[in-house]
Amino acid sequence: MTILTTLIGTVAFALIAPVVGCLLAGLDRIISARMQGRVGPPLLQPYYDVRKLFEKESVSVNSVERTYVGCALLFAWVAGGVFFTGGNLLMCVFIITLSSLFFIMAAYSTRSPYAEVGAARETLQVMAYEPMVLLLAVGFYLAAGTFDVGDVLALDAPVITTIWLVFLGLLFILTIKLRKSPFDLSMSHHAHQEIVRGMTTEMSGPTLGLVEIMHWCENVLFLGWIGMFFVWGNPLSIILAVAVVLAVYFLEIWIDNNFARVKWQLMLKSAWAVALAAGGVNIAFLAFL
Amino acid sequence: MAFASKSPWVIHYDGSSCNGCDIEVLATLCPGFDGERFGVVNTGNPKHADIFLVTGSVNEQNIGVVREIYDQMVEPKVVVACGICACSGGIFHDCYNVIGGVDKAIPVDVYAPGCAVRPEALIDAIVKGVAVLDEKSKALKESKKRGE
Ligand code: SF4
Repeated sequence: MTILTTLIGTVAFALIAPVVGCLLAGLDRIISARMQGRVGPPLLQPYYDVRKLFEKESVSVNSVERTYVGCALLFAWVAGGVFFTGGNLLMCVFIITLSSLFFIMAAYSTRSPYAEVGAARETLQVMAYEPMVLLLAVGFYLAAGTFDVGDVLALDAPVITTIWLVFLGLLFILTIKLRKSPFDLSMSHHAHQEIVRGMTTEMSGPTLGLVEIMHWCENVLFLGWIGMFFVWGNPLSIILAVAVVLAVYFLEIWIDNNFARVKWQLMLKSAWAVALAAGGVNIAFLAFL
Repeated sequence: MAFASKSPWVIHYDGSSCNGCDIEVLATLCPGFDGERFGVVNTGNPKHADIFLVTGSVNEQNIGVVREIYDQMVEPKVVVACGICACSGGIFHDCYNVIGGVDKAIPVDVYAPGCAVRPEALIDAIVKGVAVLDEKSKALKESKKRGE
């Protein structure tokens, strides 16, 4: 895997992922509205929102906030570039974590009490999902014999056949990663205020637009991880992967609409318990049997 | 093309309303009228909001708050005075501590009368406000182009 492929992949991801992510976000809002007995916004509503945010006056509480958010977006693109060019999964995991850290720094830098609470909660969220994400990488290595995502195309059977428990664990933390209720502690998309709006409390206009785009790109990347489990040597498996990804996304929307936000203690405990039970047991089986 | 009109996020502040208008404002934003069809989102954060819905009159206690919220909102922004109290002080106009309508504190773009203001009147007012928002957005763009 050369640097050049990763670079080209990053640029391609930076162009394509926002489009896909935006459409997914639009679908999310329509489906959520239908679940609540409403008509809901047009499909392109998230796009309109972001365009509007970029049209707004550019104000910022300090000079570094937007730089941090920009870095977070940049590293989300690189992580996507690494993943979708078939690069190293472990590398992708670390880069996307770096992106989250930049976002946390952006929230802390504003010195607003609500944003700081949001940032502290985001740190807890990272702590909650990171063990499972690392076990995902380890499980993937044991199942595929390599960390390179591209090598799944040479497998005789998809990795889901050997690490389905890890897959279930990933499904659990995916709710945290996609910022869906019951785990949308640091920054919710629905009730836009105070602690619930958390990290983005002080961000406005173009900065908020960048956050939104980063969120779309992250969503595409995480759904890519889900799809990865279902791809093997057969080219038709890509269709299966896309179908599974859409089903999982629908499941996440359903969860989002049906569960109330939990306290961080429960999130942390349950995420670690799931990581240990799902990831740990699966990996122990693969490593020792 | 201005996108401001396609995604008007609103913030609601209760001045010294009797709560009649607040109930109507929230009713307007509830699923029954489904404001999200037009991109309306109810935010609680002035920094994210485009339209400021104020109910009730301005008095000595809240004039600072109203101004603070207005100042925190990012241009282009629009203010809608909801209900006759917010327009002119209404039934409370000669109370000892009431200063008057919202326009005594901040510039108001659209006046929605009624006691209490009906959701239909409010939707009309928001639609008017959205047109003003578009104008302001265009003006901002032009001033940006001129490099001001
Ligand atoms: S206009 Fe009427 S309903 Fe509205 S706040 Fe004033 S008195 Fe209450």
